[in-house]
Amino acid sequence: MNELRELYQATILDHNKKPRNFCELEDANRTADGHNPLCGDKLTLYLKVDAEDRVVDVGFQGSGCAISTASASLMTEFVKGKKRGEIEEDFIRFQELVTTGAGEAAGVETLGKLAVFSGVREYPMRVKCATLSWHTLRAALENTGATARTE
Amino acid sequence: MSAADASLSSDHAVSPLDVEAIRRDFPIFSRTIRGQPLVFLDTAASAQKPRQVIDALLEFYESGYANIHRGIYQLSAEATTRFEGVRDTVQRFLGAADRREIVFVRNATEAINLVARSWGDAHLREGDEILISAMEHHANIVPWQMLCERVGSRLRVAPINERGELEVGAFEALLGERTKIVAITHVSNALGSIVPLHEIIPRAKSHGAMVLVDGAQAVPHAKVDVAALGCDFYAFSGHKLFGPTGSGVLYGRLPILEATPPFLGGGDMIETVSFERTTYAPVPQKFEAGTPDVAGVIGLGAAIDYLETIGLDRIELWESELLEYATEALEAIAGLRIIGTASDKAAVISFVLEGIHPHDIGTVLDQQGVAVRAGHHCAQPLMEVLGVPATVRASFSLYNTKQDVDALVKAIRTALELFA
Repeated sequence: MNELRELYQATILDHNKKPRNFCELEDANRTADGHNPLCGDKLTLYLKVDAEDRVVDVGFQGSGCAISTASASLMTEFVKGKKRGEIEEDFIRFQELVTTGAGEAAGVETLGKLAVFSGVREYPMRVKCATLSWHTLRAALENTGATARTE
Repeated sequence: MSAADASLSSDHAVSPLDVEAIRRDFPIFSRTIRGQPLVFLDTAASAQKPRQVIDALLEFYESGYANIHRGIYQLSAEATTRFEGVRDTVQRFLGAADRREIVFVRNATEAINLVARSWGDAHLREGDEILISAMEHHANIVPWQMLCERVGSRLRVAPINERGELEVGAFEALLGERTKIVAITHVSNALGSIVPLHEIIPRAKSHGAMVLVDGAQAVPHAKVDVAALGCDFYAFSGHKLFGPTGSGVLYGRLPILEATPPFLGGGDMIETVSFERTTYAPVPQKFEAGTPDVAGVIGLGAAIDYLETIGLDRIELWESELLEYATEALEAIAGLRIIGTASDKAAVISFVLEGIHPHDIGTVLDQQGVAVRAGHHCAQPLMEVLGVPATVRASFSLYNTKQDVDALVKAIRTALELFA
């Protein structure tokens, strides 16, 4: 049970049960779909981005496992108010956190609450669950209209 | 399985299985997973291997290895005899009339692709129909879709009811003069439902359709007799039958195989080759281009010998006891819903837990040494029909015990506690 609580930290369980920003944004000017074909996890991300490439509002909808739902929920809180360039740096740091753990050395404190996902790196099969929303966010910011895929 | 689907029924007295002795045949059970004994409940994905199969591979590579069908030396002749001997074994195992009806392929997927590509391209035209069921594995959907794209034929899908049973009446209504082939699973990999082939096949035949059966999930669980079934093709994978990966079988009725063009071209499948023209070898060599998985086939032979020594009737009986025990234990868990409750079922249980995603359950179970499959089970269209994104699937086999079921239940309770 202790190892499980390392992965499924209280914050993750809470955000899974009550995902924040779990809504469609009516005035979104960027959207993207994310799909993890292996798991069937699906999400749609809605962004309102201003003229300076700053995410002023964000929402998401979809269904997935606890890791992917909590990751999307915490991500929406984390990136609100940030500029695209900053988000790109966060993305790289987050990815390191859930894969190699290198993100810890490179300033995990900048990831704030997202540090709860550090347990994911013990479960390589679950990394894609944690990063799906981030890949989708990147696709939305690039505004290509393509579905973000983890495969 | 019903008596018509299998030559064996459980009416006669069958001595019980010595599961502890069987477990000692499987070296994998001596290892631990995350510090705990392995509870392996994913045999429907691939079966573990008994010592007898592993030894057959070792022995062949160590002291019997050579290529087949071409050497003039003793070693090659011996290897050829052993390889071809497995063809006789499989012929007997499936109840085929002729050894030439057994084609060695890599797996059931390749077998179905062979039929869709070689037989399908030669016999299907625009407007013709292929009838499958709603609970097919992707391996029995995609090759037919690809065929439809090539020749302009149409894929039709027979529905299932909410219990996960094929609706025979609805199936029959979809049969018509345009139906050229019925491609149907024997046992659903995702739900465990056993398809009533003894009702399906005569109906398909009366409409003049060919019948291919995907038997990947059926052969490890009960005796199959292709002659009694009356199908034209039967496909299975060796790795699900406790044999090595890379060994698989396509059974095809001889006149049909003879009228089917080759699949892959190359060595071993020819009679004579010149730059102007090639004539093909007779069946089954016509379909076995290149060096096959010789060791894999020899290992498959050892696996079948192993199962026949134990007795498929005893395995079937033990598995149904496990299924009953596990179904009862899982049904007692509040919030757990079994997906697929067909009256005739193999030892496969798909389920969902309210409020917990199957992948989270899979991880929590793995943490406790319990290996299950979580996902769409290569049956995405079926998941859509059932209205679930994914399920957890526990599958039981000859080496599983009631303690394994208890461990599964305990692990599920941990998941419920964690996500409470």
